[in-house]
Amino acid sequence: MAEGTQPLPTPVASGSPAAAASPATAAIRVRDFNLWYGDFQALFNVGIDVTQGKVTSLIGPSGCGKSTLLRSINRINERLGYVRTTGNIELLGQNILAPGVELTPLRRAVGMVFQRPNPLPLSIRDNVLFAYRLSKGGKTDRAEEEQVIQQALEEVLLWDQVKDRLKSSATALSLEEQQKLCIARLLPIKPSVLLMDEPCSALDPKATRAVEELIWKLRGDYSILIVTHNMAQARRASDECIFMLMGEVVEHNATGEMFVTPKHQKTADYIEGRFG
Amino acid sequence: MSAPQSDRLDDRIDAAWIWDRIARAVIFIGGISAIVFVVAIFVFVAKEGLAFIFEKLDLGFFFTSPEWRPAQEPKPEFGGLALIAGTASVTGLAMLIAVPFSLGVAIYIGEFATGKVRETLKILVELLAAIPSVVWGFIGLTILNPLIIDVFDVPVGLTVLNAGIILGLMAAPIMTTIAEDALKAVPDTYREAAEAMGATRWQVIRQVVLPSASKGLVAAILLGVGRGFGETMAVLMASGHSINIPTSPFDSARALTATIAAELGDTAKGSDHYKALFSLGILLFLVTFVINLLADVLVRKGASDRS
Repeated sequence: MAEGTQPLPTPVASGSPAAAASPATAAIRVRDFNLWYGDFQALFNVGIDVTQGKVTSLIGPSGCGKSTLLRSINRINERLGYVRTTGNIELLGQNILAPGVELTPLRRAVGMVFQRPNPLPLSIRDNVLFAYRLSKGGKTDRAEEEQVIQQALEEVLLWDQVKDRLKSSATALSLEEQQKLCIARLLPIKPSVLLMDEPCSALDPKATRAVEELIWKLRGDYSILIVTHNMAQARRASDECIFMLMGEVVEHNATGEMFVTPKHQKTADYIEGRFG
Repeated sequence: MSAPQSDRLDDRIDAAWIWDRIARAVIFIGGISAIVFVVAIFVFVAKEGLAFIFEKLDLGFFFTSPEWRPAQEPKPEFGGLALIAGTASVTGLAMLIAVPFSLGVAIYIGEFATGKVRETLKILVELLAAIPSVVWGFIGLTILNPLIIDVFDVPVGLTVLNAGIILGLMAAPIMTTIAEDALKAVPDTYREAAEAMGATRWQVIRQVVLPSASKGLVAAILLGVGRGFGETMAVLMASGHSINIPTSPFDSARALTATIAAELGDTAKGSDHYKALFSLGILLFLVTFVINLLADVLVRKGASDRS
């Protein structure tokens, strides 16, 4: 199977200052990454690069390890307690698996959106401010908070719907609104990367479209890695596409190219729906 | 439809049908008996005590006077204040000890301990809940009593402090178990979401888990309070059993329950003393009933809020 990764499409010139500082414009760089759940090896020598400011989608059949890979990048996988890894994951040039790395700053730098919208059982307001308050050590003033809330909710196109009921419970919102809120609450702490684990799979087609448009809008400001089961979604809402199978990366290419001229037979089979 | 099919939907009496009916009847009797017994107990206690409360007992005197002299001739006195104060002070002290203790253990078991440690602790806590109350009374009499005399240099060790500690230790296991259930009922997705936003374990617990489990935790505390009110033997043995409004933890006291247990055997059935003790029983019954009801309502409300 594929050692390392396929050559990347040429990076775009318009990089952010951070990108200019590092030699390549990779927001996330994974090398020789293996992961075991207990005795079961879920990832084999995975190597990927996620280009800065782009949407990269991870596709592959159920159980191929795409969610596992995603959940390794903010190390939320380690909650399970029986996870073991080898290899490297670099976030903007820094190895996040190094012994001294603290999880708190890592998770502020890497925001995550889950498959099922999971707003906390607090008010809309407190949800948006949750991470922000943690990052400020609890010292925030009211005016500042108002501004943060409005900005975050406007960015996810939710402000108009909820501005009059910021104090009501976030769990009472519709699923679409909840998922947008779950994206909005990440924005005030300005993460470098957004990880999304099938963010639309619990939503109806209309809501899916709205959230996809939102993801597309956030592209550029954020580097986004999105796991999806939905081939059409990967095709219309990502710049680059990574195909995984049985814990290994098979192909990594520009989305347009992968869907038109896949390099591997397995990719072609999967894309055309012959398995998975 | 063709003719031979016409009896397909008819009810047929076969073995499965008969067993179903038998099982239903047994389960119904089992379920209904709980209600019947509770009502029967209430009716019995009320029958012995209610008439006395309304006809002979001076309620004003009962709630304001500490003079409990039920056997005094010619005119017995039924002042319940000292007994109420005794029960309240012992229970209050017990809760001061049991609430932080049991919540701490519940948080440790529910949020920090994993694998074998967690299972072992849970079994130990449940084992602790199974210790008979008279054994706790022994501990109060033979271990805590001399210990309190030594440590605090007081003449008597059978005091509110002694009974409070014993009762606190007795109530803690059941409170821990209920509190841990409340924590376990908080969906893990909440913790995951908060951790993914960079919250530390303690921040997750304080800002997300405890608020969402709050109603269950309050219910746990209320059940502990109910346990404290109702406990008899250990309190009787450890509190000193003297009629007295305690002003410090080193005073002896007497609880409502202990009074009933100690005196009922010496009274003539149907006498005023006998009926006065049943009045105490009604008071206890009402208080524990209200506390349990409150706990139940809170647990249900907590469950429906989450769904």
